[in-house]
Amino acid sequence: MSMGGNSIIKAEHIFKTFHKPVETQVLNDINFNINEGEFVSIMGKSGCGKSTLLYILSTMDTDYEGKLYLKGKLITGNSPNELAHVRNEHIGFVFQFHYLLPEFTVMENITLPAKKLAKKSDEEIYSDAKNILQLLDIANIAESKSYRISGGEKQRVAIARALINQPSIIMGDEPTGNLDSGNSENVLGIFKALAKEKGLTLLIVTHDQEFADQTDRIITMGDGKILT
Amino acid sequence: MNKKVLLNIAYKHITTRIKQSSIAALGVTFGIATFIILVSFMTGLNGLLDGLILDRTPHIHLYNEIIPSENQPISLSTRFKDDWFMVRSVKPKQNQSRIHNARPIINILKQNPDVLGVSAQVASQAFFTAGNIELNGIINGVNILEESRLFNIDNYIINGSIYDLHNNDNAIIIGIGIAKKMSTKVGDRIQIVNAKGNRLTLKIVALYQSGLAEIDNIQSFANIGTVQRFMGEKENYISDINLKLYDINKALPMSKELSKMYQITAVDIGTANAQFETGTAIRNIITYAVSITLLIVAGFGIYNILNMFIYEKMNDIAILKATGFSGNDVLFIFISEALLIGLMGGLLGLILGYFFSSVIDQLPFETDALPTIKTYPVNFNPIYYVIGIVFAMISTFFAGYLPARKAKRIDPVTILRGQ
Repeated sequence: MSMGGNSIIKAEHIFKTFHKPVETQVLNDINFNINEGEFVSIMGKSGCGKSTLLYILSTMDTDYEGKLYLKGKLITGNSPNELAHVRNEHIGFVFQFHYLLPEFTVMENITLPAKKLAKKSDEEIYSDAKNILQLLDIANIAESKSYRISGGEKQRVAIARALINQPSIIMGDEPTGNLDSGNSENVLGIFKALAKEKGLTLLIVTHDQEFADQTDRIITMGDGKILT
Repeated sequence: MNKKVLLNIAYKHITTRIKQSSIAALGVTFGIATFIILVSFMTGLNGLLDGLILDRTPHIHLYNEIIPSENQPISLSTRFKDDWFMVRSVKPKQNQSRIHNARPIINILKQNPDVLGVSAQVASQAFFTAGNIELNGIINGVNILEESRLFNIDNYIINGSIYDLHNNDNAIIIGIGIAKKMSTKVGDRIQIVNAKGNRLTLKIVALYQSGLAEIDNIQSFANIGTVQRFMGEKENYISDINLKLYDINKALPMSKELSKMYQITAVDIGTANAQFETGTAIRNIITYAVSITLLIVAGFGIYNILNMFIYEKMNDIAILKATGFSGNDVLFIFISEALLIGLMGGLLGLILGYFFSSVIDQLPFETDALPTIKTYPVNFNPIYYVIGIVFAMISTFFAGYLPARKAKRIDPVTILRGQ
């Protein structure tokens, strides 16, 4: 499963320049490919462009040169609405800061992307969400308001939300960066389990060497280039 | 399904910020309630004032005016056809004041599809005598039921009923000024004398109060037959024909046509009462100007609150976009919030407006001009409630659109990376 060989995401000659405050080349000819089932981490020093790259890969940042393929299909140049749909259906996100909608319950937070996708009935969505909550061991807080749960729980809810639409890839921007070591290990454990048992593709930006060491492949970046 | 999710988010945003949302909604409530109160009261008043004029002025009044003929005999001569004539001391021809062929004309007019009703009248000068007092006045022979249907004469009748007149050929309704001057009251008898010396004794069955002293001091009403008898005329004697049309705007062209067709003087309401339209139009302009101003102020309230919401919700907007909601979805969410606030505030405004209009409707308002009106006139026409809510929705839509567009344009990357 881990060596499925199907390309999930492929970057070809990605360049990006920040124009403000001064002209800075942040990404310089980035080329790589992630296959189905791979657990990949991107490492590098602060300011090396790893987050910038992740946001380009996530389709949220469209201001770049080069070509981006998702499952072999070119998505560079797609309309904002098409890209929103791509994110909804194919990409699950986990951020450094939990980023749940505070006035919604955990259950509502998780099911929102699925309701937006509207491929399943509400009953199916809720039953999927329950399974994911059980998998992540947080079924007991399903009906809590999301601003009332702990930081570690919030990050697990965010992972649950990323999983709800069975995405092609999960992307994380320092998902453990804001957690204590216990919760960090917990989240890492979840990612590893998802990669191994569910065959999920993961792309995680991190500067945590321990975390990176446990992934299948480490992409190291420096000065806007891929070093290894 | 998709829209339901978005509406649910909008609903959540509002209910978790219920205080600010309520204040924004109250702005709309205030605007709409004021609009309803103003427009109900103003149009009620307009209706009353227009009614005063319309009840006294027929849309078209047909009668024979005594005027000198425009065609003097010399103008018929071909010899002087290109010359200027100067005829001195032209006097009107001895002419009868009755309308020639009145009955057939009335029958034809009644069949005209533009005509709501036709009322025939016989007007005569008369002296009212009681003891040794003699007062100069006018007696109008009318079909009182038709007058009531077309010109609401019953609104100006006090101390009696129009049916007492209708059922009695020896009855009269006199102006309240005449009654006061002669110290007579309903139930008394009064004698009328005309210039030819004909006398008639009639029973007073009710009093007429128009609110204009000079009319109330001379006007009286009796049945047509009574007045014809008083004048010694036959029953085809009709001096005035009053028309009420379905569409007041047809009065002018129709009066011209009738005048030409029947060789008769025809005066339309616009000519008789030139200021009639002006007052109504100006009061309407004031009502709408004040209401629109209030709603614009309410709109700024909504604009403000939504702007604040959007600044508070930057993170949420970024999250929604990251998880696959498009810019248009975000736009939809915030416009729905504005419209929900507008709808809630607007509906409450309608209820409050109705409530206060009902209170005004109960306030005592006594006027000599309309003896049967006891409270302030309020127009409860549902169309103003429809206009009110539509207006609330339109103004909140525009107030919500600008902040919502800002939310649509928020770049999630700057927010997600910004922390």
